[in-house]
Amino acid sequence: MSLYASANQTVGPYLHIGLNWLVTRNIAGPKAAGERFTIEGRLVDGDGVGVNDGLIEVWQANSHGKYPHPEDLQKKPLESEFRGFGRVPTDAKGAFRFTTIKPGRVPGPGGRLQAPHLVITVFMRGMLKHLATRMYFPDEPANTDDAIMKLVPPSRRGTLVARRKAKSRLEWNVILQGKNETVFFDF
Amino acid sequence: MKSGASPKGLRGYRRPHPGTQPQYNYPPYVSTQKRCPTQPLVLPPQTLSEITGPVFGYGDVKPTDNDLTRQHKGDPVGERIIVSGRVLDENGKAVPHTLVEIWQADSAGRYRHKTDQHNAPLDPNFSGAGRTLTDAEGRYRFVSIRPGEYPWRNHYNAWRPAHIHFSLFGPAFLTRLVTQMYFPGDPLLPYDPMFCSIENEAARNRLVSLFDWESTIPEQALGYRFDIVLRGREATPMEK
Repeated sequence: MSLYASANQTVGPYLHIGLNWLVTRNIAGPKAAGERFTIEGRLVDGDGVGVNDGLIEVWQANSHGKYPHPEDLQKKPLESEFRGFGRVPTDAKGAFRFTTIKPGRVPGPGGRLQAPHLVITVFMRGMLKHLATRMYFPDEPANTDDAIMKLVPPSRRGTLVARRKAKSRLEWNVILQGKNETVFFDF
Repeated sequence: MKSGASPKGLRGYRRPHPGTQPQYNYPPYVSTQKRCPTQPLVLPPQTLSEITGPVFGYGDVKPTDNDLTRQHKGDPVGERIIVSGRVLDENGKAVPHTLVEIWQADSAGRYRHKTDQHNAPLDPNFSGAGRTLTDAEGRYRFVSIRPGEYPWRNHYNAWRPAHIHFSLFGPAFLTRLVTQMYFPGDPLLPYDPMFCSIENEAARNRLVSLFDWESTIPEQALGYRFDIVLRGREATPMEK
Protein backbone atom coordinates (compact mmCIF):
# COMPACT_ATOMS: atom_id res chain seq x y z
CA MET A 1 0.00 0.00 0.00
CA SER A 2 1.27 3.45 -0.80
CA LEU A 3 -0.57 6.60 0.23
CA TYR A 4 0.46 10.20 -0.32
CA ALA A 5 1.50 11.78 2.96
CA SER A 6 -0.82 14.63 3.94
CA ALA A 7 0.44 18.00 2.75
CA ASN A 8 1.71 20.54 5.24
CA GLN A 9 -0.07 23.87 5.62
CA THR A 10 1.03 26.96 7.51
CA VAL A 11 0.43 27.33 11.26
CA GLY A 12 -0.96 30.79 10.43
CA PRO A 13 -0.89 33.82 12.73
CA TYR A 14 -3.04 32.29 15.49
CA LEU A 15 -0.85 29.24 16.23
CA HIS A 16 -0.60 30.16 19.91
CA ILE A 17 -4.26 29.20 20.48
CA GLY A 18 -3.55 25.55 19.80
CA LEU A 19 0.11 25.18 20.64
CA ASN A 20 0.92 27.33 23.69
CA TRP A 21 -0.31 24.76 26.23
CA LEU A 22 2.88 22.80 25.55
CA VAL A 23 5.37 25.68 25.67
CA THR A 24 8.54 24.26 27.22
CA ARG A 25 11.35 26.74 27.83
CA ASN A 26 13.21 24.62 30.37
CA ILE A 27 13.91 21.59 28.23
CA ALA A 28 16.06 19.53 30.58
CA GLY A 29 14.05 20.00 33.79
CA PRO A 30 15.67 20.35 37.21
CA LYS A 31 17.24 16.91 37.60
CA ALA A 32 18.96 16.14 34.31
CA ALA A 33 22.73 15.75 34.34
CA GLY A 34 24.91 17.85 32.06
CA GLU A 35 26.29 21.28 31.37
CA ARG A 36 23.49 23.86 31.45
CA PHE A 37 23.04 26.65 28.95
CA THR A 38 20.62 29.47 28.25
CA ILE A 39 20.15 29.84 24.50
CA GLU A 40 18.88 33.16 23.17
CA GLY A 41 18.26 34.25 19.64
CA ARG A 42 16.01 35.87 17.12
CA LEU A 43 13.98 34.62 14.21
CA VAL A 44 14.49 37.15 11.39
CA ASP A 45 12.67 37.47 8.04
CA GLY A 46 13.90 38.64 4.63
CA ASP A 47 13.42 42.31 5.54
CA GLY A 48 15.61 41.88 8.62
CA VAL A 49 12.53 42.16 10.83
CA GLY A 50 11.99 39.88 13.82
CA VAL A 51 9.23 37.30 13.25
CA ASN A 52 6.76 38.00 16.06
CA ASP A 53 4.47 35.08 15.27
CA GLY A 54 6.98 32.26 14.97
CA LEU A 55 7.65 29.12 16.98
CA ILE A 56 10.61 26.80 17.27
CA GLU A 57 10.63 23.23 18.50
CA VAL A 58 13.71 21.49 19.85
CA TRP A 59 14.55 17.79 20.02
CA GLN A 60 17.71 16.58 21.69
CA ALA A 61 19.47 13.70 23.40
CA ASN A 62 20.36 13.75 27.12
CA SER A 63 23.91 14.43 28.28
CA HIS A 64 24.76 10.74 27.85
CA GLY A 65 23.87 10.88 24.15
CA LYS A 66 20.64 8.90 24.53
CA TYR A 67 17.24 9.80 23.11
CA PRO A 68 14.18 8.97 25.24
CA HIS A 69 12.63 7.06 22.34
CA PRO A 70 11.95 3.34 21.80
CA GLU A 71 14.14 3.19 18.67
CA ASP A 72 17.26 4.40 20.46
CA LEU A 73 18.66 1.01 21.48
CA GLN A 74 22.02 2.29 22.73
CA LYS A 75 23.09 1.01 26.14
CA LYS A 76 23.28 4.45 27.69
CA PRO A 77 21.37 5.81 30.71
CA LEU A 78 17.90 7.30 30.34
CA GLU A 79 16.71 9.98 32.77
CA SER A 80 13.09 9.54 33.78
CA GLU A 81 12.14 13.23 33.70
CA PHE A 82 14.04 14.09 30.55
CA ARG A 83 11.75 14.29 27.51
CA GLY A 84 14.19 16.11 25.23
CA PHE A 85 11.48 18.33 23.76
CA GLY A 86 11.15 22.10 23.76
CA ARG A 87 8.55 24.41 22.23
CA VAL A 88 9.29 28.13 22.29
CA PRO A 89 7.22 30.87 20.64
CA THR A 90 8.93 34.11 19.59
CA ASP A 91 8.08 37.37 21.36
CA ALA A 92 7.00 40.73 19.87
CA LYS A 93 10.55 41.34 18.61
CA GLY A 94 11.05 37.87 17.18
CA ALA A 95 13.24 36.75 20.09
CA PHE A 96 13.24 33.32 21.71
CA ARG A 97 14.98 31.99 24.81
CA PHE A 98 15.25 28.56 26.39
CA THR A 99 17.46 26.65 28.78
CA THR A 100 18.75 23.13 28.38
CA ILE A 101 21.76 20.86 28.82
CA LYS A 102 24.37 20.14 26.22
CA PRO A 103 23.47 16.76 24.71
CA GLY A 104 25.98 13.93 24.46
CA ARG A 105 27.15 12.57 21.13
CA VAL A 106 24.84 10.24 19.21
CA PRO A 107 25.72 7.90 16.34
CA GLY A 108 25.53 9.17 12.78
CA PRO A 109 26.27 7.69 9.35
CA GLY A 110 28.58 4.67 9.50
CA GLY A 111 28.18 4.49 13.29
CA ARG A 112 30.56 7.44 13.73
CA LEU A 113 29.55 9.82 16.49
CA GLN A 114 27.99 13.15 15.58
CA ALA A 115 28.96 16.39 17.33
CA PRO A 116 26.51 17.47 20.08
CA HIS A 117 23.55 19.17 18.46
CA LEU A 118 19.96 20.25 18.90
CA VAL A 119 17.48 19.35 16.17
CA ILE A 120 15.29 22.38 15.43
CA THR A 121 11.96 22.85 13.65
CA VAL A 122 10.78 26.34 12.66
CA PHE A 123 7.11 27.28 12.19
CA MET A 124 5.46 30.55 11.22
CA ARG A 125 2.78 32.29 9.21
CA GLY A 126 4.04 32.59 5.63
CA MET A 127 5.72 29.20 5.82
CA LEU A 128 3.63 26.48 4.18
CA LYS A 129 5.87 23.71 5.52
CA HIS A 130 8.09 23.89 8.60
CA LEU A 131 11.85 24.20 8.17
CA ALA A 132 14.43 21.91 9.78
CA THR A 133 17.84 23.00 11.00
CA ARG A 134 20.37 22.16 13.73
CA MET A 135 22.17 24.08 16.43
CA TYR A 136 25.73 23.03 17.30
CA PHE A 137 27.78 24.19 20.30
CA PRO A 138 30.76 26.58 20.25
CA ASP A 139 34.31 25.50 21.19
CA GLU A 140 33.46 21.92 20.35
CA PRO A 141 36.26 20.07 18.56
CA ALA A 142 33.85 17.41 17.24
CA ASN A 143 32.09 19.99 15.03
CA THR A 144 34.74 19.77 12.31
CA ASP A 145 34.30 16.00 11.95
CA ASP A 146 30.52 15.97 12.07
CA ALA A 147 29.10 14.11 9.06
CA ILE A 148 26.11 16.42 8.63
CA MET A 149 28.16 19.60 9.12
CA LYS A 150 30.57 18.39 6.42
CA LEU A 151 27.74 18.40 3.87
CA VAL A 152 27.27 22.15 4.40
CA PRO A 153 29.37 24.57 2.29
CA PRO A 154 32.21 25.75 4.58
CA SER A 155 31.22 29.41 4.27
CA ARG A 156 27.76 28.64 5.69
CA ARG A 157 28.68 26.25 8.54
CA GLY A 158 28.94 29.10 11.02
CA THR A 159 25.17 29.68 10.82
CA LEU A 160 24.65 26.36 12.61
CA VAL A 161 26.99 27.08 15.53
CA ALA A 162 25.87 29.14 18.53
CA ARG A 163 28.10 31.99 19.78
CA ARG A 164 29.22 32.14 23.39
CA LYS A 165 27.97 35.32 25.11
CA ALA A 166 29.03 34.27 28.60
CA LYS A 167 30.09 31.03 30.27
CA SER A 168 26.65 29.48 30.15
CA ARG A 169 24.87 31.83 27.76
CA LEU A 170 24.76 31.16 24.03
CA GLU A 171 23.34 33.15 21.14
CA TRP A 172 21.97 31.49 18.04
CA ASN A 173 19.81 33.23 15.44
CA VAL A 174 17.61 31.86 12.70
CA ILE A 175 18.00 34.09 9.64
CA LEU A 176 15.55 33.23 6.86
CA GLN A 177 17.18 35.16 4.00
CA GLY A 178 20.20 37.23 3.14
CA LYS A 179 23.91 37.31 3.86
CA ASN A 180 23.89 35.08 6.93
CA GLU A 181 20.97 32.91 5.87
CA THR A 182 20.73 29.91 8.19
CA VAL A 183 21.34 26.51 6.66
CA PHE A 184 18.14 24.48 6.45
CA PHE A 185 17.93 20.75 5.82
CA ASP A 186 15.65 18.57 3.79
CA PHE A 187 15.83 15.19 5.52
CA MET B 1 24.97 2.13 11.71
CA LYS B 2 26.69 0.19 14.48
CA SER B 3 25.78 1.47 17.93
CA GLY B 4 22.08 2.08 18.30
CA ALA B 5 21.16 -0.18 15.42
CA SER B 6 18.42 -2.74 15.74
CA PRO B 7 19.19 -6.22 14.35
CA LYS B 8 17.51 -5.25 11.07
CA GLY B 9 19.19 -1.83 10.90
CA LEU B 10 17.54 1.54 11.23
CA ARG B 11 14.82 2.27 8.73
CA GLY B 12 14.59 5.77 7.35
CA TYR B 13 11.49 7.64 6.24
CA ARG B 14 10.27 7.96 2.66
CA ARG B 15 10.73 11.21 0.80
CA PRO B 16 7.60 13.03 -0.39
CA HIS B 17 6.16 12.21 -3.77
CA PRO B 18 6.81 15.17 -6.14
CA GLY B 19 4.03 17.76 -6.14
CA THR B 20 2.38 16.54 -2.95
CA GLN B 21 3.95 19.11 -0.59
CA PRO B 22 3.89 22.91 -0.96
CA GLN B 23 7.00 24.89 -1.94
CA TYR B 24 8.53 27.33 0.54
CA ASN B 25 8.34 30.17 -1.97
CA TYR B 26 4.80 30.32 -3.31
CA PRO B 27 4.19 33.92 -4.52
CA PRO B 28 0.35 33.74 -4.57
CA TYR B 29 0.63 33.43 -0.75
CA VAL B 30 2.42 36.74 -0.42
CA SER B 31 4.07 36.30 3.00
CA THR B 32 6.03 33.26 1.80
CA GLN B 33 8.32 35.50 -0.20
CA LYS B 34 10.11 37.08 2.78
CA ARG B 35 9.90 33.95 4.88
CA CYS B 36 11.36 31.28 2.60
CA PRO B 37 14.99 30.21 2.34
CA THR B 38 16.72 31.53 -0.79
CA GLN B 39 19.68 29.13 -0.61
CA PRO B 40 19.20 25.49 -1.60
CA LEU B 41 18.33 23.16 1.28
CA VAL B 42 21.04 20.68 2.29
CA LEU B 43 19.99 17.03 1.89
CA PRO B 44 21.67 14.99 4.63
CA PRO B 45 21.25 11.30 5.45
CA GLN B 46 18.69 10.57 8.16
CA THR B 47 20.30 9.74 11.50
CA LEU B 48 19.16 8.59 14.93
CA SER B 49 18.42 12.27 15.69
CA GLU B 50 15.75 12.44 12.99
CA ILE B 51 14.18 8.99 13.21
CA THR B 52 13.45 9.58 16.90
CA GLY B 53 11.19 12.30 18.31
CA PRO B 54 9.29 13.33 21.42
CA VAL B 55 6.95 10.79 22.99
CA PHE B 56 3.66 11.96 24.52
CA GLY B 57 1.25 9.93 26.60
CA TYR B 58 -2.06 9.90 28.42
CA GLY B 59 -0.53 12.08 31.13
CA ASP B 60 -0.32 14.95 28.65
CA VAL B 61 -4.01 15.21 27.75
CA LYS B 62 -7.23 15.06 29.74
CA PRO B 63 -10.05 12.88 28.37
CA THR B 64 -12.21 16.02 27.91
CA ASP B 65 -9.57 17.97 25.95
CA ASN B 66 -11.09 16.71 22.69
CA ASP B 67 -14.45 18.46 23.25
CA LEU B 68 -14.27 22.14 22.26
CA THR B 69 -17.97 22.69 22.99
CA ARG B 70 -17.63 22.17 26.75
CA GLN B 71 -14.84 24.50 27.78
CA HIS B 72 -17.10 27.31 29.07
CA LYS B 73 -20.30 27.77 31.06
CA GLY B 74 -22.52 28.12 28.00
CA ASP B 75 -22.71 26.38 24.65
CA PRO B 76 -20.77 27.94 21.77
CA VAL B 77 -22.83 29.34 18.91
CA GLY B 78 -22.78 27.40 15.66
CA GLU B 79 -23.30 24.08 14.03
CA ARG B 80 -21.97 21.24 16.23
CA ILE B 81 -19.64 18.84 14.41
CA ILE B 82 -17.81 15.60 15.11
CA VAL B 83 -14.40 15.46 13.43
CA SER B 84 -12.90 12.00 13.48
CA GLY B 85 -10.58 9.82 11.47
CA ARG B 86 -7.47 7.72 11.53
CA VAL B 87 -3.81 8.62 11.50
CA LEU B 88 -1.95 6.29 9.14
CA ASP B 89 1.49 6.23 7.57
CA GLU B 90 2.23 6.03 3.84
CA ASN B 91 2.27 2.24 4.11
CA GLY B 92 -1.29 2.27 5.43
CA LYS B 93 -0.20 1.33 8.95
CA ALA B 94 -2.01 2.93 11.90
CA VAL B 95 -0.05 5.46 13.98
CA PRO B 96 -1.14 4.68 17.56
CA HIS B 97 -0.94 6.88 20.68
CA THR B 98 0.25 9.99 18.88
CA LEU B 99 -0.59 13.54 19.93
CA VAL B 100 -3.09 15.46 17.79
CA GLU B 101 -3.56 19.19 18.50
CA ILE B 102 -6.19 21.37 16.81
CA TRP B 103 -7.15 25.06 16.77
CA GLN B 104 -9.78 27.00 14.87
CA ALA B 105 -11.95 30.11 14.55
CA ASP B 106 -15.40 30.35 16.11
CA SER B 107 -18.58 30.06 14.03
CA ALA B 108 -18.37 33.72 12.99
CA GLY B 109 -14.83 33.29 11.71
CA ARG B 110 -13.12 34.95 14.66
CA TYR B 111 -10.11 33.64 16.58
CA ARG B 112 -9.66 34.23 20.29
CA HIS B 113 -6.31 35.91 19.68
CA LYS B 114 -5.09 39.44 20.34
CA THR B 115 -3.96 39.97 16.75
CA ASP B 116 -7.29 38.95 15.16
CA GLN B 117 -8.95 42.31 14.35
CA HIS B 118 -11.80 40.95 12.21
CA ASN B 119 -14.99 42.76 13.30
CA ALA B 120 -17.09 39.60 13.58
CA PRO B 121 -18.47 38.80 17.07
CA LEU B 122 -16.22 36.79 19.37
CA ASP B 123 -18.03 33.86 20.97
CA PRO B 124 -17.46 34.06 24.75
CA ASN B 125 -18.16 30.33 25.03
CA PHE B 126 -15.53 29.14 22.58
CA SER B 127 -11.74 29.01 22.96
CA GLY B 128 -11.03 27.03 19.81
CA ALA B 129 -8.30 24.64 20.94
CA GLY B 130 -8.32 20.91 21.58
CA ARG B 131 -6.03 17.92 21.77
CA THR B 132 -6.14 14.18 22.03
CA LEU B 133 -4.08 11.01 21.55
CA THR B 134 -4.88 8.48 18.85
CA ASP B 135 -5.95 5.06 20.13
CA ALA B 136 -4.23 1.74 19.42
CA GLU B 137 -5.72 1.70 15.88
CA GLY B 138 -4.72 5.31 15.14
CA ARG B 139 -8.26 6.69 15.61
CA TYR B 140 -9.01 10.15 17.01
CA ARG B 141 -12.20 12.14 17.58
CA PHE B 142 -13.03 15.78 18.35
CA VAL B 143 -16.34 17.51 19.15
CA SER B 144 -16.46 21.13 17.99
CA ILE B 145 -18.47 23.67 16.02
CA ARG B 146 -18.06 24.39 12.33
CA PRO B 147 -15.58 27.29 12.01
CA GLY B 148 -16.58 30.33 9.97
CA GLU B 149 -14.81 31.65 6.91
CA TYR B 150 -12.95 34.93 7.43
CA PRO B 151 -11.25 37.66 5.40
CA TRP B 152 -7.50 38.16 5.23
CA ARG B 153 -5.31 40.67 3.46
CA ASN B 154 -3.32 38.50 1.07
CA HIS B 155 -5.04 39.91 -2.02
CA TYR B 156 -8.21 41.85 -2.93
CA ASN B 157 -11.34 40.29 -1.40
CA ALA B 158 -9.39 37.36 0.05
CA TRP B 159 -11.31 34.93 2.28
CA ARG B 160 -10.00 31.81 3.94
CA PRO B 161 -12.19 28.75 3.44
CA ALA B 162 -13.49 27.21 6.67
CA HIS B 163 -10.66 25.16 8.20
CA ILE B 164 -9.32 23.53 11.33
CA HIS B 165 -5.56 23.59 12.02
CA PHE B 166 -4.05 20.18 12.88
CA SER B 167 -0.64 19.49 14.45
CA LEU B 168 0.74 15.93 14.71
CA PHE B 169 4.03 14.43 15.83
CA GLY B 170 4.00 10.77 14.78
CA PRO B 171 6.87 8.52 15.86
CA ALA B 172 9.81 10.67 14.68
CA PHE B 173 11.15 14.17 14.13
CA LEU B 174 10.65 13.37 10.42
CA THR B 175 6.93 12.64 10.77
CA ARG B 176 6.06 16.07 12.23
CA LEU B 177 3.07 17.51 10.37
CA VAL B 178 1.12 20.74 10.68
CA THR B 179 -1.77 20.96 8.28
CA GLN B 180 -5.33 22.24 7.85
CA MET B 181 -8.59 20.35 7.41
CA TYR B 182 -11.10 21.82 4.98
CA PHE B 183 -14.82 21.12 4.47
CA PRO B 184 -16.35 19.40 1.44
CA GLY B 185 -17.92 21.63 -1.20
CA ASP B 186 -16.46 24.85 0.19
CA PRO B 187 -16.72 27.35 -2.71
CA LEU B 188 -13.68 29.27 -1.43
CA LEU B 189 -11.23 26.40 -1.91
CA PRO B 190 -10.23 27.17 -5.54
CA TYR B 191 -9.48 30.78 -4.53
CA ASP B 192 -7.32 29.88 -1.52
CA PRO B 193 -3.55 30.13 -2.12
CA MET B 194 -2.74 27.87 0.83
CA PHE B 195 -4.93 25.06 -0.47
CA CYS B 196 -3.81 25.67 -4.07
CA SER B 197 -0.12 25.58 -3.07
CA ILE B 198 -0.38 21.78 -3.26
CA GLU B 199 0.16 20.98 -6.93
CA ASN B 200 -1.04 17.38 -6.96
CA GLU B 201 -4.84 17.24 -7.04
CA ALA B 202 -5.16 14.01 -5.07
CA ALA B 203 -2.83 15.35 -2.38
CA ARG B 204 -4.81 18.59 -2.27
CA ASN B 205 -8.06 16.76 -1.87
CA ARG B 206 -6.63 14.67 0.96
CA LEU B 207 -6.99 17.83 3.08
CA VAL B 208 -10.74 18.04 2.39
CA SER B 209 -12.80 16.14 4.96
CA LEU B 210 -15.78 14.02 3.95
CA PHE B 211 -19.28 14.27 5.34
CA ASP B 212 -19.68 11.11 7.40
CA TRP B 213 -23.18 9.86 8.05
CA GLU B 214 -21.95 7.12 10.37
CA SER B 215 -20.32 9.48 12.89
CA THR B 216 -23.21 11.95 12.64
CA ILE B 217 -25.19 11.96 15.88
CA PRO B 218 -28.97 12.19 15.31
CA GLU B 219 -30.42 15.53 16.42
CA GLN B 220 -27.01 16.56 17.76
CA ALA B 221 -24.02 16.95 15.43
CA LEU B 222 -22.84 16.42 11.85
CA GLY B 223 -19.91 14.08 11.35
CA TYR B 224 -16.86 14.80 9.20
CA ARG B 225 -14.18 12.24 8.50
CA PHE B 226 -10.58 13.36 8.11
CA ASP B 227 -7.84 10.76 7.73
CA ILE B 228 -4.27 11.96 8.07
CA VAL B 229 -1.24 10.29 6.49
CA LEU B 230 2.23 10.76 7.97
CA ARG B 231 5.53 9.86 6.30
CA GLY B 232 6.11 6.10 6.30
CA ARG B 233 9.21 3.93 6.59
CA GLU B 234 11.44 2.98 3.70
CA ALA B 235 11.22 -0.69 2.74
CA THR B 236 14.95 -1.26 3.30
CA PRO B 237 17.27 -0.23 6.15
CA MET B 238 19.33 2.97 5.74
CA GLU B 239 22.68 1.21 6.18
CA LYS B 240 24.00 -2.25 6.85
